[in-house]
Amino acid sequence: MEKWECDVCGYVYDPAVGDSSAGIAPGTPFEDLPDDWVCPDCGVGKDQFSKLE
Amino acid sequence: MDPVQLKDKIYWVGAVDWDMRYFHGPTFSTHRGTTYNSYLIVDEKIALVDTVYPPFAGEMLKRIKKVIDPSRIDCIIINHVEIDHSGALPEVMKLAPGAKIYCSPRAREGLRKHFQGEWDYRVVKTGDELPLGRRTLSFIEAPMLHWPDSMFTYVKEEALLMPNDAFGQHLASAFRFDDQVDNKMIMEEAARYYANILYPFSGLVLKKLEELAALGIPISMIAPSHGIIWRKNPGQIIEAYRRWASGDWLPKAVVVYDTMWGSTAAMARAIVEGLASEGVDARLFKVSLRDINGIITELLEARLLVVGSPTINRSYLSALSPFLDDLAGLKPVNRLGAAFGSYGWSRGAVKDIEAKLEAAGLTLAGEGLEIAWVPDAGELESCRQWGRALARKIKEK
Ligand SMILES: [Fe+2]
Ligand SMILES: [Fe+2]
Ligand SMILES: [Zn+2]
Repeated sequence: MEKWECDVCGYVYDPAVGDSSAGIAPGTPFEDLPDDWVCPDCGVGKDQFSKLE
Repeated sequence: MDPVQLKDKIYWVGAVDWDMRYFHGPTFSTHRGTTYNSYLIVDEKIALVDTVYPPFAGEMLKRIKKVIDPSRIDCIIINHVEIDHSGALPEVMKLAPGAKIYCSPRAREGLRKHFQGEWDYRVVKTGDELPLGRRTLSFIEAPMLHWPDSMFTYVKEEALLMPNDAFGQHLASAFRFDDQVDNKMIMEEAARYYANILYPFSGLVLKKLEELAALGIPISMIAPSHGIIWRKNPGQIIEAYRRWASGDWLPKAVVVYDTMWGSTAAMARAIVEGLASEGVDARLFKVSLRDINGIITELLEARLLVVGSPTINRSYLSALSPFLDDLAGLKPVNRLGAAFGSYGWSRGAVKDIEAKLEAAGLTLAGEGLEIAWVPDAGELESCRQWGRALARKIKEK
């Protein structure tokens, strides 16, 4: 599963870790995050994330 | 005021804003004014670290001119785009058009949007160095402390950290250093600054403190972009940030309320009595009379926040809204919450306050307390008991 990086602040979403601050379980792919999920560090939406190569 | 020397040939050349009373528009009351700190390093190359808020550009340039001719500035380090620090950049560039601007990638984007200047940008990242001659600058990116572009500059040979907004305080003073100003006042303002600006980034603050420790760099002085420079005891502010970001607490409670005809006020006072009877330092704030930034600051120490409102139009009084909105954005770390209020024929305030507290990340410490119309003697006693029960929750840990 790919990691995705926030274009604004550099936070990296790692599907292996999830996002406990928003109740996202480890193992959740980026694509499956809810549409209203936001960057836990700076608050921008999924549309401002880029896939890490 | 003349330039003030921090280290050999490193000078404070910023400005003191004695009159600033609101920061970030109307959102942050700065009742002790502020300073915009910029620093001039005179070496084989001459570097300016950050500038000042535009109305103070002349004041800064006058100070720089007392040390060197500003046209001799070779490098300008912009740690942060916000205009209280970058605002005088166009004025400096007029005098030193050949100067190179060192900043993070996001700061370059931000500066271009702010000033449209076709300047010579040198983008830097963590670990990059800029040799000036006898001294070398190194850079540490610090995204979201407190903007995506934020960066720290470190002068290696002097163990001097220039972390921009981090470790700052809105405090105007005729003096520049921590050993010249009452320590209690500095810490009050540092706390107020942390609570109202950095609170939501506490997780990143802890990571950054770990990163600094792991780098193993000595820090003999911390020169932030606002307020007093930490030279006697830089460890004091690092330790305070660790405490605040970790959510450490004291047996203290903050009771915030407003009232229509006095019923919720009477409940609030009884709740404070109950908390105090268990040894909790309970502090009462009628929100419409008080400074919201001051209440938020109390939460840096208080374990418990109790919020009260009567029900009007099936919810809480709008007087509570600015406080509750601020709280939701600032997300205090590791805090308990509870709600209370009086009502007439329908309820709603307590439930809606509880939802707001939870959205702000607080853990509800117990069921809300609602009393119809006017509390009688027995109901006031149940308010005291409710306060005592909350006090025990605090001590439970
Ligand atoms: Fe800032
Ligand atoms: Fe600032
Ligand atoms: Zn982000």
